[in-house]
Amino acid sequence: MKMNANTSQKIAKFTIWAAALFVIAILFSIIAYILVKGIPMLSWEFLTDIPRDMGRSGGISSSIVGTLVVTAVAVIVATPFGIGTAVYLTEYTREGRITRIIRFSAESLAGIPSIVYGLFGFIFFVIYLNMGWSILSGGLTMAIMILPTIIRTSEEAIRTVPQLYREVGFSLGLTKLQTITRTVLPSALPGIVNGVILSIGRCVAETAAVILTAGSALRMPESLFSPTRTMAVHFYILAREGISMDNAYGTAALLIILILLLNVGFNMLVNRFIAKGR
Amino acid sequence: MKSFKEKLTERVFLLIALSTLSVLALITVFIFIKGMPIIAKVGIINFVFGMKWAPSQGYYGIFPMIVGSVSVTIGAAIVGVPIAICCSIFLAEFAPAKLRNIFRPAIQLLAAIPSVVYGFWGVLFVVPAIRKYLGGPGLSILAGSIILGIMILPTIISITEVSLLALPRHYKDGALALGLTQWQTIRSLLLPAAKSGIVAAVILGLGRAIGETMAVIMVLGNAVALPHSVLDPVRTLTTNIGIEMGYASGEHQQALFATGIVLFVIIMILNATAQYITRKR
Repeated sequence: MKMNANTSQKIAKFTIWAAALFVIAILFSIIAYILVKGIPMLSWEFLTDIPRDMGRSGGISSSIVGTLVVTAVAVIVATPFGIGTAVYLTEYTREGRITRIIRFSAESLAGIPSIVYGLFGFIFFVIYLNMGWSILSGGLTMAIMILPTIIRTSEEAIRTVPQLYREVGFSLGLTKLQTITRTVLPSALPGIVNGVILSIGRCVAETAAVILTAGSALRMPESLFSPTRTMAVHFYILAREGISMDNAYGTAALLIILILLLNVGFNMLVNRFIAKGR
Repeated sequence: MKSFKEKLTERVFLLIALSTLSVLALITVFIFIKGMPIIAKVGIINFVFGMKWAPSQGYYGIFPMIVGSVSVTIGAAIVGVPIAICCSIFLAEFAPAKLRNIFRPAIQLLAAIPSVVYGFWGVLFVVPAIRKYLGGPGLSILAGSIILGIMILPTIISITEVSLLALPRHYKDGALALGLTQWQTIRSLLLPAAKSGIVAAVILGLGRAIGETMAVIMVLGNAVALPHSVLDPVRTLTTNIGIEMGYASGEHQQALFATGIVLFVIIMILNATAQYITRKR
């Protein structure tokens, strides 16, 4: 028997709404659970004390510092390359063999699993370049991981800049480079910032690649060559080895709060720029 | 005519842009250099199809892990793909504008949650539920499939939504004007028209699932054995690396890089396929 068109419309509509609500419920349950369990742990001492007794007591200040510095290295290294690549793809060349190769490479990099980045970072930065397990090794590995994101978002942002901007630049006698740096990039900035923020989130959340390159040392890092244990790695070790569930929840809550701030902050930024654009 | 300086800047930008290619080449070369010797020593057939993984005794067979990776990935697809497609249809066709503006960032947020948090959540809720209601150790293919099925949602949803929204507006208008219901229009017109985008989305989602490490390390049980049911624990290619890299050295470490080579090749094939499908469109 063939189903009545209206009945199938109703069933489909119900199923689709149910799926959407289900996904929201999952997201909410994960976030709420971690926050409810972890926020009570977030005292001033927890944030500012170094971990003691393998993380059983004390705080997570060294992990916070480690996370921030690894992320900073990654973003500082990857952003110029990402924007430069996007500028080349959009302003300096037509679609052809070279752009196909660059795009293929970028998309392939985007698909490579973080554990493979970890293996590469370990053998290349840690061993071959003799940087050891360090913030620098971790940061450079993460820089490669986030490069495709920054390229893609920057390229999309630059493409939305009206052609008129470039023509005005040229007609004022600016060179191509001046036109790009003074008119095109500033108006593409919100999109570029979006990519950078997404990438910061990825660095903060990453575990597999950093554990193999930055190590898991608990002490406060002293230089870029010190090993460190980022917050995600700290959470993983605490939870997996059952060292301290309370501190694990506290670390996870701080991670989730950071991720929430980055995402919500970004959306507010976008809304502001969209409102401004109108 | 272009001045010398302009040409120079162009060259500099080209060099920057080629960094992606050089990094990809570096990754490939270094992983292969480190991993190939052990594959050459054991033999590619023995390595890929070998059933025994016992590094201390010199046995390096990763077939159980290949089976583990494939089964968890298929499981993730069974769990995730229908939900993801429903969600993209929801975003593209059903959701009121206001809800869409909440739902889309929520999906983005789903992608931003650290994979260790997913794993932890799985250990706390999914694993005990499976143990209680379905039996077995709980740490299982099923647990991994559920967690990964959720984790691949953002990838599949965003690409599928884009390909649905890219369809010409008159497709839909025409169908509705002919008196088709919204669902008939979606099923018989929009979904088939967006097929290549959806297939690419699913392939990229599978790539994410097969490459995920930290979430599955916590919920799969990590036993090196062929599973007999979805309630059995397995070890995947990624978790094999993740668990043993911490202490491996010598040949054992090489064998983990060799595991990485197999993973890398699988991922590159999936990526290239997805890129080929999207290009052709």
